Amino acid sequence: MRHLNTALSTLYASALYVFIFLPVAVLVLFSFQDGTLPVPPLHGLTLRWYGEIFADAKLMSALMHSLVVALASSAVACVLGFLAAYAFARYTLPASALQRALIVAPMTVSTLIIGLGLLSLFSRFNVTLSLWTVGIGHVVINLPLCFAIIYASMGGHQVNIERAARDLGARDWQVMALVTAPMLAPSILAAFFLSVTFSWDEFIVAFLLSRFDVTLPVEIWSMLRSGLDPKTNAIGSVVFLISVVFLIVMELAVFRKSGKSK
Amino acid sequence: MTTTPLERAERRKAWGFALPALIFTIAFFLVPFLYMAAISFWKREGREIVASWTLDNYAAFFGKPHLLKALFNSLEVTAIVTVISILLAYPLAWIIAERVPRRWQRFALIMAILPFWTSYVVRSYSWLLVLSGGGVVNQALMWTGLISEPLQLSANRVGTVIGFVHFFVMLLTLTIYANLVQLSPNYRRAAADLGANGFQTFRHVILPLTLPGIMVGAFLTFVLCIGDYITPQILGGNNELVLPQVIMLQLGRRADFPMAAALSLVLMVVVTIAYLACARWLKMERT
Repeated sequence: MRHLNTALSTLYASALYVFIFLPVAVLVLFSFQDGTLPVPPLHGLTLRWYGEIFADAKLMSALMHSLVVALASSAVACVLGFLAAYAFARYTLPASALQRALIVAPMTVSTLIIGLGLLSLFSRFNVTLSLWTVGIGHVVINLPLCFAIIYASMGGHQVNIERAARDLGARDWQVMALVTAPMLAPSILAAFFLSVTFSWDEFIVAFLLSRFDVTLPVEIWSMLRSGLDPKTNAIGSVVFLISVVFLIVMELAVFRKSGKSK
Repeated sequence: MTTTPLERAERRKAWGFALPALIFTIAFFLVPFLYMAAISFWKREGREIVASWTLDNYAAFFGKPHLLKALFNSLEVTAIVTVISILLAYPLAWIIAERVPRRWQRFALIMAILPFWTSYVVRSYSWLLVLSGGGVVNQALMWTGLISEPLQLSANRVGTVIGFVHFFVMLLTLTIYANLVQLSPNYRRAAADLGANGFQTFRHVILPLTLPGIMVGAFLTFVLCIGDYITPQILGGNNELVLPQVIMLQLGRRADFPMAAALSLVLMVVVTIAYLACARWLKMERT
């Protein structure tokens, strides 16, 4: 009975892992397909498609745009979120519950609605769509996340250390930059990396709010219109690789460190 | 109540820290949202949006069967996806929490959600490679001789549901696992002491205790699934449109902002109702 249970569990888990990994495995496998269609049977391996995507100026500039927007918008979201979290955790502000609700509100609204709202407003004021507008959209999406993560880790136990720093003559900004921020580094980093991965992958806002300088998901989207193509597989595999690297960095930098300090 | 100059200085400082985030949220979230809500009551004349108040857009939504149908398609797909995802994810979360040795659990969980981090657009596209007429599944089935004609697995609802379930199984495994590992083993011991067998323990003890986790995951699934455009567009084809597809059509093909805004508000109302139901249920559960 016990053996049967274990066998069934193993079987079930394996089947589901196959389901979870199937599309990614097929994607990576057929990115090496030596033919113009990424469908079975697999014949011949080649790195040709990787060569082609790295020579593709449009794709590479989209990749750079994505990185710039992801890093910049996450940094802005983290700074705004940190300052606000500090204000609400250390001071009493009138109607602070309501204000906090306002800051996290965008999290409850679909990104389609956020993008559509910004697009209507931008076109009303004749704002030209660019990487800037995409970045603003991504800050709207990521600010609630950064605020919530950093606010949650601002416990009372850091207050005494901050007070000590102040007694020793540190100014407000020095306390914040040299004492509070380093103490909260794990959660600030977690917030930053998480919003980088969200922004890096975000499609609908970037699609609605960009015109010529598009981000990578939007560029891939327009590539899809020409049908199945091993080039799409190659760029998809590269995107996956970059995301996994981000994930490993986050795992090592954030969780290892927070584990050690405990 | 009088405030001392010191208190006033402190309060000014507090506002200074909070204001950037508040102003940003008001300027780029609240104002655009309210403006869009207003537009949904305006109308389009030629390529101009005219600010004359009307309920025409909402009347059109309830009057045109294909728009109403899109809402029902969205609700149906979302319900199917949510149920299937929970049924598939629960056993996996349970196996990881109960059967996998502790030091491997984190690894098992990371593996279970690793494809979560591929680009969302790419992930939907890669399902197309698996499910299309000449794709992996059909080729394999034909090679084994189980079928002679390719199955229609994409460009219809089947494709949309598979693509969504793939995404949400990962999400739900995470939320249910988080709930399961928090359960004290004492509950199970107590149930066993009282003579419950494995199934009874699960049915009357474990399942009720993990319902909050399931509900949170189900709510996330509902919100993300009903508002998503990518998966239905890539895998679902254009026969059975869901609401976000219709919204994008109003925008792209017809440049009809007021109509797109009205449909978005309908979407938002549906999500709000789901949220209220969920919050109410969770509150009832706790009391």
